[in-house]
Amino acid sequence: MAEPAICLRGITKRFPGVLANDGIDLSIGTGMIHALLGENGAGKTTLMNVLAGRYRPDAGEILRAGVPVRFRSPRDALRAGIGMVHQHVMLVANHTVAENVALGLDAPRCLLRWRHIEDQVRRLSETYGLPVDPHARVGELSLGQQQRVEILKLLQRNVTLLILDEPTAVLTPTEIAALFVTLRRIAREGRSVIFITHKLDEVMEIADRITVLRRGRCVADLVPADVDNRRELARLMVGREVLLDIHREPVPPGEVVLELRNCSGDDARGHPAFRNMSFAVRRGEVFAIVGVAGNGQAQLLAALAGSASFSSGQALLFGKPLESAGCRARDQVGYIPEDRAAVGSVSGLDLTDNVLLTTYHRFCRRGVLQRRAARARTQGLLARFQVAAAGPDALGRQLSGGNLQKLILARELSKEPRLIIADQPTHGLDIGATMNVWNELLRQRARAGILLVSGDLTEVLSLSDRIAVIFRGELMGILSAADPEAIAEIGPMLAGVRQG
Amino acid sequence: MTRFRLEQRVEPSTAGRYAGYAVAVGLAGCMGGIVFLLVGANPLTAYTVMARGAFGSLHDLSEIVVKAIPLMLCGLAVGVAAKIQVWNVGGEGQLVLGGIGAAGVALFLAPRVPPSLVLPLVVAAGFLAGALWAFLAGILRTTLGVNEILTTLMLNYVAIYWVEHLYFGPWRDPMGMGFPGTAILPEVAWLPRLPGTRIHLGLALALLAAVLLQAVLSRTRWGYEMRVIGENEQAARYAGMPIQRTILWVMCLSGGLAGLAGMTEVSGIHYRLQQGLAVGYGYTGIIVAWLARLHPGGIVLAALFLASLLVGGDQLQAVMHLPSAVGLVLEGALLFCVLGSDLFSRYRLRWWTSRA
Repeated sequence: MAEPAICLRGITKRFPGVLANDGIDLSIGTGMIHALLGENGAGKTTLMNVLAGRYRPDAGEILRAGVPVRFRSPRDALRAGIGMVHQHVMLVANHTVAENVALGLDAPRCLLRWRHIEDQVRRLSETYGLPVDPHARVGELSLGQQQRVEILKLLQRNVTLLILDEPTAVLTPTEIAALFVTLRRIAREGRSVIFITHKLDEVMEIADRITVLRRGRCVADLVPADVDNRRELARLMVGREVLLDIHREPVPPGEVVLELRNCSGDDARGHPAFRNMSFAVRRGEVFAIVGVAGNGQAQLLAALAGSASFSSGQALLFGKPLESAGCRARDQVGYIPEDRAAVGSVSGLDLTDNVLLTTYHRFCRRGVLQRRAARARTQGLLARFQVAAAGPDALGRQLSGGNLQKLILARELSKEPRLIIADQPTHGLDIGATMNVWNELLRQRARAGILLVSGDLTEVLSLSDRIAVIFRGELMGILSAADPEAIAEIGPMLAGVRQG
Repeated sequence: MTRFRLEQRVEPSTAGRYAGYAVAVGLAGCMGGIVFLLVGANPLTAYTVMARGAFGSLHDLSEIVVKAIPLMLCGLAVGVAAKIQVWNVGGEGQLVLGGIGAAGVALFLAPRVPPSLVLPLVVAAGFLAGALWAFLAGILRTTLGVNEILTTLMLNYVAIYWVEHLYFGPWRDPMGMGFPGTAILPEVAWLPRLPGTRIHLGLALALLAAVLLQAVLSRTRWGYEMRVIGENEQAARYAGMPIQRTILWVMCLSGGLAGLAGMTEVSGIHYRLQQGLAVGYGYTGIIVAWLARLHPGGIVLAALFLASLLVGGDQLQAVMHLPSAVGLVLEGALLFCVLGSDLFSRYRLRWWTSRA
C-alpha cells in the first residue's frame, strides 16, 4: 500500500471519568473508504473529533503525509484538508443552502460573490450526485438533504479527507444507495473517506478497509474480504455473540385505535405536504409508514401530535375525532419523537423533570407537583429499563444517546398508552440498544397499536405487520408484511411506483 | 506564540463560583477605584465614605432596606420573565403604572369604601396596573411576534410621560401652591411603617413574593411548565404545553411585581404621586436579577447589596461632592465583573503554546 494519507498514532483522549480513546492507531489510505465500526460509546466519534480538530488528544499524534500536524480548531483541520460531517447537522437553519456553504469561507473578501457560490454549489451537486437547491432554506430541508449540504460544504473547501459520522442513520435505502455512489466517486478522485457506522451491511458493501473499536481501543483492522460473515463483525464490535433476532409472536388484532380517512395537511409554508391518507392502526399490530425522509412524514406526525392541523379529512383517535380529543385521550398516546435530544428531552433539567415532561399531568394535585412521587417513579424506570445514569438527579445532557432513548421509551411506555407513535425510534442506536427498543415495542402490542415511522427497511421488516409506503405525501400502497411478493414491491414504491 | 481560549467545564464547581463572586466584587472595587482617581478623589476615602454612609448607623441600615424593597420586587419581575427567556426591560414603566394605580385608588376610591378595604385595594391596583402594562407588550409578542425587548422598553417612556402629565395636569393638587404632585394620599392608604424608620410593609410583601415565586417554580405544575419552556421550547411544544399562554401570564406576573414596587414607593414612601418615582429601580432590577442568576432567594440578597451601593453612593455626592453618576459606574462595573466570573465558573481558560 502507498503512503497513508493520514496516520493516527497512539491517540488517547480522556473525559472526566471516561477514557474515550486509549492509544488508538489508525492509517487512512489515499482514495480509500475506511469504515469505523463500533457500538455507541466505543469512542468512534471522539476519535474523529480529535482528527477533525474539535478535541485535542491527551496523548498521541496525527501524521499527514508523514508529517506531524497539530490542530487547534476544526478550522485548522479544514485548512489541512480534513472535514467532518457530524451526526447532528451543524447548519444555520434560517439561511439558504448557498449561505451555509459560504459560511466560514476563508476567502478574505468583504463582498461575497453569491452568483459564484451558487454556481459552485450547482456544479458540485451535479458532479457528485447531491441534488439540492442553492436557494432553499436549510431549515425546510429533510435531514437527508441537509446532510448533502454538509458534504457539499466540505467538497467546496476541497477536503482530501471526508469524515462522515453515521451518515446513513437518517437515510432510507434509496438515499443510502445514492450516498454510496457519491462516496465512491469522491474516493475515485483520490480523496479518502472515513465512514462511522454500526450497520454491518453497509460496512460490507462500501468499505475498502474496516477498523473496529471497542471501549476506546482498536480491536480489529481488516479488509472486507477477510470477514467471513457479519456475525463475526458483530462479535468484534460488542465482544460477545449478538442475537440478531427478535421475539415476535403474533398478537391477535384488537380494536382500531387510530384511523385516518382521506386526511391531507400542509407544511409550514402552506404547501400540501401529504394528501388523501387513509389507514387504520389496530391494537396488537405494528403499522409502519416507510419512506425517504422529507416525503411528508414529519407533517403527518405533527398533525397527529396536535402541533399542526389537517387541512381536510377526518382523523379518529380511539374512535373519536382527533380535534376534540381531550387530555385523557391524548394522555393515552405514547409519542417517541425522532430528535430525542432537542425535542424528546430537556438537557438542562434532571431526569425526574425529564420523566415528568409528558407525564406531569399525572403528578399534579391541585396544581402542585408531586415531585417526591415523580422521583421515585423515575428511579423505578431507570432500574427497569436499565438506563445507565447516576440517578434521577442526573441531568438530561449527561445521558448518552442510547440511554436517553431508553429513558424516553420508559417514560412513554409508563403512560400505558393505547397508541404508540414511534418516529425513527432506533436512529443512531447501537445493536444492543436497537434490540432493546424493538423488543420493548413488540411487547407493547398486547395493549397498544403501534404506528412506526421509519426509513430503516430492516427495522420496518423486523417489526411490522402491515407496511405503508409514502412518497411525495401520498401512500403508494399498504402491504402485508407476511406476503413475500408484496415485500419485493417496497423498493419501487419508495421511488413512487404505485401498488399494482 | 502563546494564545488562550475558553474550554467548557464539564461540571461547574460551586465553590469556584463563590470564589469567583468574591474575586469579581474585588475587581469591581478596583475598577471603581480607578474611576475615583479619574474624578480626582482618593479611592480609600471614597470607599470609607460609602461604607460609613451605608453601614454607619442603624438609620443608614434601615435606609438600605427601604431602597432594597423596590429593587427586590423589580429584580423578581425581571427574573421570573427571564426564566422563560422573556426579556422584560420595562420594569421602570410597570413600576410607574403601579404607582399610578395605587395613587388613583387611594385618591379617588378610598373615600367611597370601608377604610379596612383601602389598603388591600391599593396593593391590588398597583399589581394590576403593572400587570396590564406588561400585558400590552405580552399580547403583542404572543399574537404578532413583536419583540418584547423593544415594546417593554418603549412603554417605559409612555408611562413616565403619562405620570408626569397626571401630576402636572389633571391630578395636580389644587392646594399644592404650584408644586407638581398630587394631593397627599389619605392615611388609610399608607403602608404601615416600622416605628422610627421608613421601612414599610412592602418589605414583607417583597419577601413573601420571593418565597412564593420560589415555591411556584419548584413545586407547581405551572412552574414546571415555565422551567421546561425556558430550557427547551421544542420539548415544551412536544409535551403539549401552552407556551404562548404561559408567556402571557408570566409577562403579567412580571409586570405585576414591578407594579407592586411602584405601589410601595407611592404608598410607603412618598404618600403622593410626584417627581422621583421613576428613579431607575426598574433598570437596576435587571442587574439585581442577573447578579442573583435569576434565583429568587439570591435576588433578595442582591437587592440588599445594590441598595447599600445606592445609599453609600448618595454620600459620595453629599460629602465629597462627586458626581452622582459614580454610583452608576460602580453598579456597571459590578455587573460586568460578576457576569465575567460566571463565565469563568462555566468555562476554563486554557493556554496554548504552538511551535509556529
